[in-house]
Amino acid sequence: MPDPQPILQMKGITKEFPGVTALADVDFRLFPGEVHALMGENGAGKSTLIKVLTGVYQAEAGEAVLAGERVHFSSPLKAQQAGVSTVYQEVNLCPNLSVAENIFIGREPRLFGLINNYPEMRRRARELLARVELDIDVTAPLASYSLAIQQLIAIVRAVDISAKVVILDEPTSSLDTGEVAQLFRVMRRLKEDGVALLFVSHFLEQIYEISDRMTILRNGRLVGEWRTSELSRIELVSRMIGTELSVLEALEEQPKRELAALERQEPFLQAAQVGKTGLVAPFDLAIHRGEVVGLAGLLGSGRTEVARLIFGADRAESGTVTIDGTPLSVKTPRTAIGRNIAFCPENRKTEGLVEDLTVRENIILAMQAARGWLRPVPARRRDELVGKYIEALSIRPANPEALVRNLSGGNQQKVLLARWLITQPKLLILDEPTRGIDVGAKAEIQRLVVSLAEEGMSVLFISAELEEVLRLSHKVGVLRDRRLVAELANDESLTADRIMQTIASGEGGAA
Amino acid sequence: MITLTRHRLFWPVVVLVVLLLGNLLEKPDFFAIRIQDGHLYGSVIDILRFGAPLMLVALGMTLVIATGGIDLSVGSVVAIAGAVACLHISKQPDQNAIGGVLIAVVMALGAALLFGAFNGIMVSRIGIQPIIATLILMVAGRGIAQLIMDGQIITINSTPYKWIGAGWLFTLPAAVLIALAMIAVTALIMRRSALGLLLESVGGNAEASRLVGIQSRSLVLLVYAICGLCAGLAGLMISSNVSSADGNNAGLLIELDAILAVVIGGTALTGGRFSIGGTVIGALVIQTLSTTVYTLGVPPETTLIFKAVVVTIVCLLQSPAFRRKVFGRWGPRRTPPASGSAPSEPTNVKVPA
Repeated sequence: MPDPQPILQMKGITKEFPGVTALADVDFRLFPGEVHALMGENGAGKSTLIKVLTGVYQAEAGEAVLAGERVHFSSPLKAQQAGVSTVYQEVNLCPNLSVAENIFIGREPRLFGLINNYPEMRRRARELLARVELDIDVTAPLASYSLAIQQLIAIVRAVDISAKVVILDEPTSSLDTGEVAQLFRVMRRLKEDGVALLFVSHFLEQIYEISDRMTILRNGRLVGEWRTSELSRIELVSRMIGTELSVLEALEEQPKRELAALERQEPFLQAAQVGKTGLVAPFDLAIHRGEVVGLAGLLGSGRTEVARLIFGADRAESGTVTIDGTPLSVKTPRTAIGRNIAFCPENRKTEGLVEDLTVRENIILAMQAARGWLRPVPARRRDELVGKYIEALSIRPANPEALVRNLSGGNQQKVLLARWLITQPKLLILDEPTRGIDVGAKAEIQRLVVSLAEEGMSVLFISAELEEVLRLSHKVGVLRDRRLVAELANDESLTADRIMQTIASGEGGAA
Repeated sequence: MITLTRHRLFWPVVVLVVLLLGNLLEKPDFFAIRIQDGHLYGSVIDILRFGAPLMLVALGMTLVIATGGIDLSVGSVVAIAGAVACLHISKQPDQNAIGGVLIAVVMALGAALLFGAFNGIMVSRIGIQPIIATLILMVAGRGIAQLIMDGQIITINSTPYKWIGAGWLFTLPAAVLIALAMIAVTALIMRRSALGLLLESVGGNAEASRLVGIQSRSLVLLVYAICGLCAGLAGLMISSNVSSADGNNAGLLIELDAILAVVIGGTALTGGRFSIGGTVIGALVIQTLSTTVYTLGVPPETTLIFKAVVVTIVCLLQSPAFRRKVFGRWGPRRTPPASGSAPSEPTNVKVPA
């Protein structure tokens, strides 16, 4: 039971950006010893609220009270000193410094106040990590550990700096199941210590597993605050979206075309013993016209690598890729694109979008790249195409001049999709297209995949969410330890459990 | 008004205007333009004329920087171009023959293009970091210029060649017209073809550009070649203006002025978005600064420091964070949300999820 006195109380927070009211009169409170989920679709104002709270942004109106005192943070540093720390989606520590150095950056224990006391630093780092059941070499560079471990290290640092309020912004979006469980153990322990945790995640299951209370935002406004136990999932989703749930339900009922019928024809793409040492063991994979092939497996099991080898983003050491019966010789993205393959990478920001360019420029980029710089897409045709896809995918804001960096995650993903759909690919590779985006946009993208496949496009669909893979795919390739271990037809007998068993045992096995 | 101050060229233009007006205080006839023998004369014309080579070098630099690179060798290419041209002309029996001068110009520009392409190959094919790759030619280029001229300063006496840097056309200095023509053609190519977009994409996100199928290698090569060509043209102007080629001193430190002009013009050194118009203004700011130093009678020994101070102010003024900090305190910058007018934040804030 949380104390009756909130550790943090925000009232009437209003924040405006040019042309957008990101937050309008939002109230928010946080109690010590609770995990509080901040819910809302992308663009609802979650990140803005967090950034106001941590001093990244200054609110135009409203006040915040922390531990009984009115506070106004002019910078993240001030917020940190007052006891509010944030662990962001992308870990923002220094990858080339050691774990111990990362934990103590800016507040290193000193010998005689002069030089860093490394033995002391290492000892204390080990102590802190032991509290979260992490036994790792604290002298190794941060980059040598997985993202999950890095995140735990970031949390350890945050808690050690200021134990009052810790904000976890999408910490689980790139963790696999085991890692999430480890994170939750750490969160529960911190909760017992009386730390107030603010948790943001798009995974409803996780929200229900870990949170005690939730605040829902929609379009920059407060919808309300509930105890998690008192709000059903369906109510939560409907409050986040505000309207129709029918989108989600309709999708479930989509009849799927028979796998056998699809695979009767020659495959569009046939990979034979394609592999690269250290990335993924040689694999065979056939993708037919109009077929959605799902790839399932734990994080780091080689899902992304399969896609990258097929697309030529990494050069395969062995094997051949045959498209429409002719083998693909040079393996660079450009040759793959020339054969009508499109690839939406997992990491939108670093591998997909050019954030400084506008929506229009990002959308036209793939088509323009294929034409070369001497043959610009005529302005009228370009504007027509861009307008058409902004409308078809309902990209918001529907302004082709908007900078892509200012769009929410879901809309950025749609921009990437639009970029490739314009080129009318025959095979669309989607690597985690729905990660970190809100429920509404997720449903839209899933629906799009189904309809594209119906029109005859082949799709290679990668996702960490088994339900999603099951819902969309005709067959599912299962990866385990950088090896494609099984190819399962998606009929009635295939369930998430069976896929998980396959991942765990590494055997295709009969149902 | 607010949209005006948000324009990316607003602050560079303000600085340029302030600098020009500053000159007026000391020299009331600063803006006066006289016509003499059908030629325009005046301080403003001088700024344009002496600024022409810098504008050209900065133009090429803008494109290189847009791809996330940098070219330190432009000063050396300036020297090489001058050396090649002057050497050829000096060997002519009649230095005033148009044909010989034209061949000299073509040879010089060809050499500059080749050296630029050499930089491009080092960066795009061999994969050397731009700053290191161009440092090679920056150092070696001076030596090459010396070799071409056998260690001497070549002085020539050629009227047609003199025209490039010191001649007149339509009452204006020919150098200004040449520079403006080059700038206009480049700007037109950038925005009419897809080159501008693809360069900004490569500079903005190289990996994403690779995955989207952009042939960034040949684009980068092209851009360094253009940069070399621009520097070569500037080298012709500089050597023509003094009718001689000096391998040691021609275009010395011009790479730094050019980089500065690009930055003042609002193109980030990290690559991506670029502004040719901004670069032109940046180059004019720097040239005006040099002129101002003379009109204001700043003691020569403090010239560099004076320049540094002004450049620092320009850069600070361009930073939205700095402006907010300094002017936000006593200016009426915060608009109350109720009024519904445009908010006070600069344009580049994020509107995140």
